[in-house]
Amino acid sequence: MSHRLSLSQAFVFLLRRDLLLALRNRAEYAMPLLFFVLVITMFPLALGASPQLLARIAPGVIWVAALLAAMLSLDSIFRSDFDDGSLEQILLSPHPIALLVLAKVSAHWLVTGLPLLIVAPLLAEMLGMPADAQTTLLLTILIGTPILSLIGAIGVALTVGLRKGGIILSLLVLPLYVPVLIFAASATENAASGFDPSAQIYMLLAFLFLSISLSPWATAAALRMSAS
Amino acid sequence: MFLWFHKLGSPPHFYRIAGKWIPWLGWIFLLLLAAGLYGGLVEAPPDYQQGESYRIIFVHVPAAWMSLFVYVVMAVCWAVIIIWHMKLAEVVLISSAPIGASFTFLALVTGSLWGKPMWGTYWVWDARLTSELILLFLYLGIIGLHNAIEDKRTAGRAVAILALVGVVNIPIIHYSVEWWHSLHQGPTVTKFDKPSIHWSMLLPLLLMALAFQVYYVLALFQRCRAELLRRERNHKWVGEL
Amino acid sequence: MRNDRLLFEQLEISLDAGQMLVVEGPNGCGKTSLLRILTGLRMADGGEILWRGEPIDRLAGDYFEQVNYVGHHDGVKHELSCLENLRLARAMGAPSSIDLDDVLEQVNLYAYGETDVGSLSAGQKRRLALARLLATEATLWILDEPFTSLDKASMAMFSSVFERHLQQQGMIVMTSHHDISLPQQALQRLMLGMPS
Repeated sequence: MSHRLSLSQAFVFLLRRDLLLALRNRAEYAMPLLFFVLVITMFPLALGASPQLLARIAPGVIWVAALLAAMLSLDSIFRSDFDDGSLEQILLSPHPIALLVLAKVSAHWLVTGLPLLIVAPLLAEMLGMPADAQTTLLLTILIGTPILSLIGAIGVALTVGLRKGGIILSLLVLPLYVPVLIFAASATENAASGFDPSAQIYMLLAFLFLSISLSPWATAAALRMSAS
Repeated sequence: MFLWFHKLGSPPHFYRIAGKWIPWLGWIFLLLLAAGLYGGLVEAPPDYQQGESYRIIFVHVPAAWMSLFVYVVMAVCWAVIIIWHMKLAEVVLISSAPIGASFTFLALVTGSLWGKPMWGTYWVWDARLTSELILLFLYLGIIGLHNAIEDKRTAGRAVAILALVGVVNIPIIHYSVEWWHSLHQGPTVTKFDKPSIHWSMLLPLLLMALAFQVYYVLALFQRCRAELLRRERNHKWVGEL
Repeated sequence: MRNDRLLFEQLEISLDAGQMLVVEGPNGCGKTSLLRILTGLRMADGGEILWRGEPIDRLAGDYFEQVNYVGHHDGVKHELSCLENLRLARAMGAPSSIDLDDVLEQVNLYAYGETDVGSLSAGQKRRLALARLLATEATLWILDEPFTSLDKASMAMFSSVFERHLQQQGMIVMTSHHDISLPQQALQRLMLGMPS
């Protein structure tokens, strides 16, 4: 009796819709990326341009900047849908919400996390990071930024209906970001010092799988609560 | 037993029972506290390494245990909320949060006071202190979120989700920080790396831990009663009080 | 309850195919909350909602498929065109067999198919929101003040859309400040906000 679309078709539809929206709101999505670059540039200015110092702090600095940029970009996942009523319509869809959420989060990562992958090597080079460390850095960004989007989505879903949501969002989400920061930064640092970073990379992969399997459901529950 | 559980979930019943227990709990807490403090401050011998200053662990360690314990209680409340839809569990959850936060803060402060004689500085990025700090942020986040949502029913659900996400994260955070700490600092020998603790120190420690447990229940009951009054003020049984 | 205020209790309603329920009452009496509870967006503090005898929280996706909700917000994206919005609505729900251009024609938005919704007037946006009802197939329509921002002609047009829906064994639950004229046996009225 039901001739609704299959789940994968709905998934792709929502993903494409979000990508299209991002394209038409280019300015809004460029801000976090700009912020990322600015923050990293601040450090040599503040600490003096000594190459050894910069190379030593580079992994940590880049990752802290990535974290902050991710937090800035989180609001865009659900805010506009919440404000114009589209979120309700998504929640009223017969398709499983958790998977629709995954579509939105994937779109968010493609628009905010992937660009970091392109820009980071340039900045790493500017800070004097050795080449093999840069490869590790890219790997950590590739694995780590989806985790940031997934976990951040939970926080946004919890706070999207609140007036001062942004502040609480940072408070909620930062403790959860700490493990990613620790393992990603130290993996890169290890690579920079010539050690093997695979243990940390595996931990990051484990976090990624954990987030993919748990976060959509937590986010869906939080959205239902926010929209009620 | 099941019937007792369900009966406990009814707000007026809980209100009455909790009210009866509170004075008893108060006395038990004072007794245990006195015993623990006496045992820890007077009876136990000074540590051969750290002298008298180690005694702060009698507050620090139980506080740290409680900070984790309260969080686990909150996660259990989540399960109760989801499975049995007990309103009381929401109240317990949100009432526990400030108590847990206070324990965490206490653990942090006593930990740093301990740090001065031990490491020469008030703060150090010790694995435990750092993960306690992050735990404090989690607690503050929960309290903040609950305050920010006006409708208390919704707030209860939101906080339950957050508490659950936090519980999954606590072992992860703790493990990552410990791993990071062991990687970046030199190996630090802490008191409890030794396989066994002398009985004269263990006993006051356990007494203090028990005292803090009792205090938790005491404070919890008081807060829950206040919260119940606030939530149920439209219901009949409140008017009859 | 809304912000710890009791809105209503002891409500019993039942609706059959081909019937419309109009919820009336002063502002703030809980009309929107009731409608949202009926859609499943909001949980009632007590009681249950049955669809064909089954509670809706157990039916979940199957229930949502048969419900269309138009609330206070239009639920359309301003950066997308009318057609893109309708295509999205179809992807999220159960598509009807009507061609989208025909849908737009019916609501007098045919000329704006490719226009971004952001440049439309309030009345036009509302018509697009209601066009969703035609673009997807749903038995139960839950509408909160559907006639907001609409002119008389559009109101008349949508009234006949509603009538047709009821004749095709659909159901409608709505709130409205405007008068609905319908044969008596199809209409039920519920008045909220009476002090007890």
